[in-house]
Amino acid sequence: MSLKRALVGCKRVIDYAVKIRVKPDKSGVVTEGVKHSMNPFDELAVEEAVRMKEGKKLDEVVVVSCGPKGAQDVLKTALAMGADRAIHVSYDQVDKLEPLGVAKIFAKLVQEETPDLVLLGKQAIDDDANQTAQMLSGLLDWSQATFAYKIDLADDGKQLTVVREIDGGLETIDVKLPSVVSTDLRLNEPRYATLPNIMKAKKKPMKTTTPEELGVDVSPRLELLSVAEPPARSAGIKVESVDELIDKLKNEAKVL
Amino acid sequence: MFRPVTRVAAPLRQYARSRLASTLVYVDHNNGALNPAVRSAINAASKLGGDVTALVAGGDDASVAPVILKAQEANKYTHILAAASSVGKNVMPRVAAKLDVSMVSDVTGISSEDTFERPIYAGNAMASVKSSDAVKILTIRPTAFDEAAAEGGSATTEAFEVDATQDLATFKGQELTKSDRPQLADASRVVSGGRALKSSENFSIIYDLADAMGAAVGASRAAVDAGYVPNDLQVGQTGKIVAPELYLAVGISGAIQHIAGMKDSKTIACINKDAEAPIFQISDYGLEADLFKAVPEMTEKLK
Repeated sequence: MSLKRALVGCKRVIDYAVKIRVKPDKSGVVTEGVKHSMNPFDELAVEEAVRMKEGKKLDEVVVVSCGPKGAQDVLKTALAMGADRAIHVSYDQVDKLEPLGVAKIFAKLVQEETPDLVLLGKQAIDDDANQTAQMLSGLLDWSQATFAYKIDLADDGKQLTVVREIDGGLETIDVKLPSVVSTDLRLNEPRYATLPNIMKAKKKPMKTTTPEELGVDVSPRLELLSVAEPPARSAGIKVESVDELIDKLKNEAKVL
Repeated sequence: MFRPVTRVAAPLRQYARSRLASTLVYVDHNNGALNPAVRSAINAASKLGGDVTALVAGGDDASVAPVILKAQEANKYTHILAAASSVGKNVMPRVAAKLDVSMVSDVTGISSEDTFERPIYAGNAMASVKSSDAVKILTIRPTAFDEAAAEGGSATTEAFEVDATQDLATFKGQELTKSDRPQLADASRVVSGGRALKSSENFSIIYDLADAMGAAVGASRAAVDAGYVPNDLQVGQTGKIVAPELYLAVGISGAIQHIAGMKDSKTIACINKDAEAPIFQISDYGLEADLFKAVPEMTEKLK
């Protein structure tokens, strides 16, 4: 048995390797002219869905991104990785789009697309919220399997066995389908999009809509008052030997 | 523990009363053993100034959300808190969505009843956010708040019966990493190893040093991905956040994602043979040396 469709979320975020800068007026971080890419946890979600499709466990992979025009770039990447089609939910004020709003957008898309599975990253590396998947499953009253380390579809196609990363180790649960699953880092190793696949992806369908067209209210509930630099650590010293290190830790820092 | 919830005890823990706030803290436990992170969440709750109620439920995560929702329905709390543990992170956003409110994750500071501080971008920026929702739902970063005292409380306990059977998910089993060493999340000293250890066998020198120091063992993502240690030892943006008295990073370059998990440690020391490694920039004490020589030497001298 294979599932007919999965929705997969892809957020466009500042690339994980970029050292971010806080704006001098403390209104946020500098995003203009900064390299962006697909949120790493979402790459894992796309990869997992594509592998399920390749393993004949899934018929169609639909990728979704909410945000300004740049979000189409990450959708094209996802299409080049093997997704079948894309939905861009256009919204310019992406910094005011909260996980609750995104979850509501997805809940609406679930009604329209009737997937058996929604795969999302466990957190976006910009807001570090770790909320959207759980909120979506709550809105839909679906089962949830967060922080997935391994996902197996039962032979009857009615449930998933998911190994989850938890504090202290791993946990295995069975969840009824339809379900929302969020990916953890060790779920898989995402593939690189090859040039021929990038070219092919340009021909794949991409639909654009807006929260208004979907009839979803995404007005923010949280007001961002300020964004500040974290307290800087004072410069340390280099020690010359193990003896000196032990001495400093014992007698200066008094932590040994 | 992992069966449908039928009984819930709610020990009432009272602090100075404020006019408005009343806070529910979800108590994360494993077979009755309190997750120490909950004590930090209770301390955080006390900063809100109102009554604090602790909710203890037996049941699996998937069934916890309906229990909290029933408690909320009955008592109309202004704030619902949990520690930002894997349990708290799993359940609280589901509760928030059910109540149609936004939530604030990983709170590191409470400025007032509706204004909270939290790190974003792997801790490279601190955001101050004000919630306009009627119910504030927060997860609390345990290392940012002291643990509330384990004695001296005088809470009443009451049973709260609720049928929260949901057969959406079934617990199958757990595979927990067993260790005699201190728990990583609340150890006062942590020794972490990175990719430079080169193998899981070599990682034994980290365990030896940790034992000589009475420390917990942590690891970078590179060491976890390479299979040197189990993944629950990972320190960083996507692993555990620690803030011990002493953090000793061995053979760890200091990528942004790792630093996010340990930069609030009181004293940071590192041993690395690459003088250019970013870890030196945030270390109070840095030793530029071959770890395969320095670590056994340090272990020997501390024994």
